[in-house]
Amino acid sequence: MNPINEVKLEFVSKSSNEAFARVVAAAFVSQIDPNIEELADVKTAVSEAVTNAIIHGYENKTGLVKMICKLYEDAVEISVIDEGKGIEDIEKARQPMFTSRPDMERSGMGFTVMENFMDRVEVVSEVGGVLP
Amino acid sequence: MNIRLTNRGNTLVAVLNGELDHHTAEYIRQKLDAEMLKSTTKNMVLDFSKVTFMDSSGIGVIMGRYKNIQKLNGKMSLAGVNEQIKRIFEMSGLFKVMPAYDSIDEAINKM
Ligand SMILES: Nc1ncnc2c1ncn2[C@@H]1O[C@H](COP(=O)(O)OP(=O)(O)OP(=O)(O)O)[C@@H](O)[C@H]1O
Ligand SMILES: [Mg+2]
Repeated sequence: MNPINEVKLEFVSKSSNEAFARVVAAAFVSQIDPNIEELADVKTAVSEAVTNAIIHGYENKTGLVKMICKLYEDAVEISVIDEGKGIEDIEKARQPMFTSRPDMERSGMGFTVMENFMDRVEVVSEVGGVLP
Repeated sequence: MNIRLTNRGNTLVAVLNGELDHHTAEYIRQKLDAEMLKSTTKNMVLDFSKVTFMDSSGIGVIMGRYKNIQKLNGKMSLAGVNEQIKRIFEMSGLFKVMPAYDSIDEAINKM
């Protein structure tokens, strides 16, 4: 099925772009008249994914994060993509409270938040990205 | 995001204002830790009534401060948490370790 509308955004992995990305996602989703709660859900989920790309994928080094927003007849799909280090064990990573960075005061709740706020969350990863 | 700090007895009251994410968390963390170091405070109330957005980075900030306060045998509580943020706190089990109240006054009275 082809999307009715599509937006692609690419930005450097700076933490100041987290707010930018979630506002863009919210603006895209706004075309299907979501309620305030749905908008907040999308913003939060996007913020989680983008933050993960920046702190885990690129480990705070400079890389490019891509966000693709697609609108279908009855659904919105948002992809957040990094080419950083990758996730070795996706099942483990998705578990509530699992974090590889307790030293950075992460709580391991990002994927759990995404799963609770969106209808479906898909994680695809390959280990070993563009950065050393 | 900005933060307003006041001391009420031995309780630090921090009113957070704006969006609490990974980008702003570091600043909030520094402000809170610096204040806890320089004063004789051992309890903390975090007021969320002016927080317009929060993701899991907020959980990290709160739990990090909670661990420090535990070492001082102090108490920590939350005030003015909206529905969206409450859902994230519930998911992460935060209310098992600290209570949330409607207002700062109530949080201080129950401290
Ligand atoms: N884009 C990514 N690249 C590499 N590893 C990732 C990526 N996203 C997540 N991970 C891994 O999955 C783990 C869990 O992610 P999750 O977002 O649930 O928790 P967290 O980021 O560690 O903590 P929190 O989101 O609560 O601050 C991370 O600790 C990290 O090891
Ligand atoms: Mg995360």
